[in-house]
Amino acid sequence: MNITNRVFTTSWRKGNSFIRIVTFSTKPQANELPPFIQKQSQPNSTGSIEGRKSVIPQNYRFIYPEFLPDPKVEWRNPVREKLERMDMLDRRTKIDIPEFYVGSILAVTSSDPHAAGKISRFVGICIHRDRCGLRARFILRNVIDHQGIEVRYELYDPTIHKIEVLRLEKRLDDHLLYLRDALPEYSTVDINMEPENLDDSAEVPINDIKVVLRPRPWLERWERQNLQGVANVDQYITDKQRRQALAHEKPWEKYDMMKQYRSSIPEEEQKEIFAEVHSQLHSLELQRKRNKRKRSFVKPTKLA
Amino acid sequence: MSRLLLTNLKTCPTTHLLSTISTNTSYFTPGLNHVERRQEIHLTSTCSEIRKLARLRVVDNSEIGKRAMAEGKPPRCIHVYNKRSVGYIGDKVLVAIKGQMKKGILVGLKQNQKLKIPKFDSNNIVLIDDNGSPLGTRIHVPIPTVLRTILKEKTQAKGADYTKVLAIASRFV
Repeated sequence: MNITNRVFTTSWRKGNSFIRIVTFSTKPQANELPPFIQKQSQPNSTGSIEGRKSVIPQNYRFIYPEFLPDPKVEWRNPVREKLERMDMLDRRTKIDIPEFYVGSILAVTSSDPHAAGKISRFVGICIHRDRCGLRARFILRNVIDHQGIEVRYELYDPTIHKIEVLRLEKRLDDHLLYLRDALPEYSTVDINMEPENLDDSAEVPINDIKVVLRPRPWLERWERQNLQGVANVDQYITDKQRRQALAHEKPWEKYDMMKQYRSSIPEEEQKEIFAEVHSQLHSLELQRKRNKRKRSFVKPTKLA
Repeated sequence: MSRLLLTNLKTCPTTHLLSTISTNTSYFTPGLNHVERRQEIHLTSTCSEIRKLARLRVVDNSEIGKRAMAEGKPPRCIHVYNKRSVGYIGDKVLVAIKGQMKKGILVGLKQNQKLKIPKFDSNNIVLIDDNGSPLGTRIHVPIPTVLRTILKEKTQAKGADYTKVLAIASRFV
């Protein structure tokens, strides 16, 4: 019993390469992106010899993932995609939609006809981002008064007034849905949090915190998903579940080039898309920087 | 639920037999203890919809609600007052709580919600009486703002006034 257990855990850890198939897959798969690629991409973005060839920064597909269409062939429609991109740029001239990732802490201010001041603000950690184009959306999660609360927003929702990034960081996984099964302190964010300033040139920090899960029952079978940001999956699963996780893993998927091709937008096409929107996005970025440097005038409130 | 019932059915005859025969209990007691312990935990998988027999969580400070939650016997929904018989946010439900029937209003659901409407980690209710006035004096979790509109629409001129629930809320999200 003990020996089998040990054998299983080691082989399971080594061989578990379950990859959650994301239709919206522009993200690098964690175990496939070796560190040297990340190092390469950094000087490109700052503008080195290689960067001079193409003006478009390499990291645009991570900053603006929603500009890339859904790779599903049946849903592709070049005209619609182009129109959507125009609409998205129009919206971006109206409000500032900042760069953020799963794991960043956001504050969304939106108009709410039901609220007392007709405006509601929700602060939380972004646990999920999906869909693309005008339909791009994300989920914010927070624990308020010991009650876990999640709100789903659309990025290009016209009722949204402001999206602020309070803390810009990444996590080890491409979704944090397991925070629903984790201890509440891992998803608790102060509502009155002040935005933390980060250098423009600095790389987005990766928070390698390991989350502690509650005992089972869980909402999903986390042991089958090869999660990097969870500390204690092994603690709660039985030998049978370990064996089943082993049986369900698909180690050949990382060699399936056709699958990768179908679930991603090829690089040439990405370049084409970003070449189309690059000039406007870049001018918006510059404008944002200028606005940041300008001392913002705060209207004094009447005290008496 | 079915599994819970099964264990009940399985255990009942044995306990009955044991009590009637009254054999040497020292041999049987460990097994019995095990069965009793099994009955305390819920084997039902979580139901994301509020239907009949869904377990709920009382979030106000009414005496009966507090005691039921402290004892670990959460109220069960035994009727949903709408035509779909699935409870959504702001719907009135009839619950069985500590052997009594009380009415409650759903003020937070676990199931996926529409855009900008919060989704909670538990299914919350606030107990009310027939006139719509709440049994407690305080709600200790946030309440979605949509309830303002929903409860106002549900309140009729001469019927129950559900908007009193909003008055005891401590925080809106």
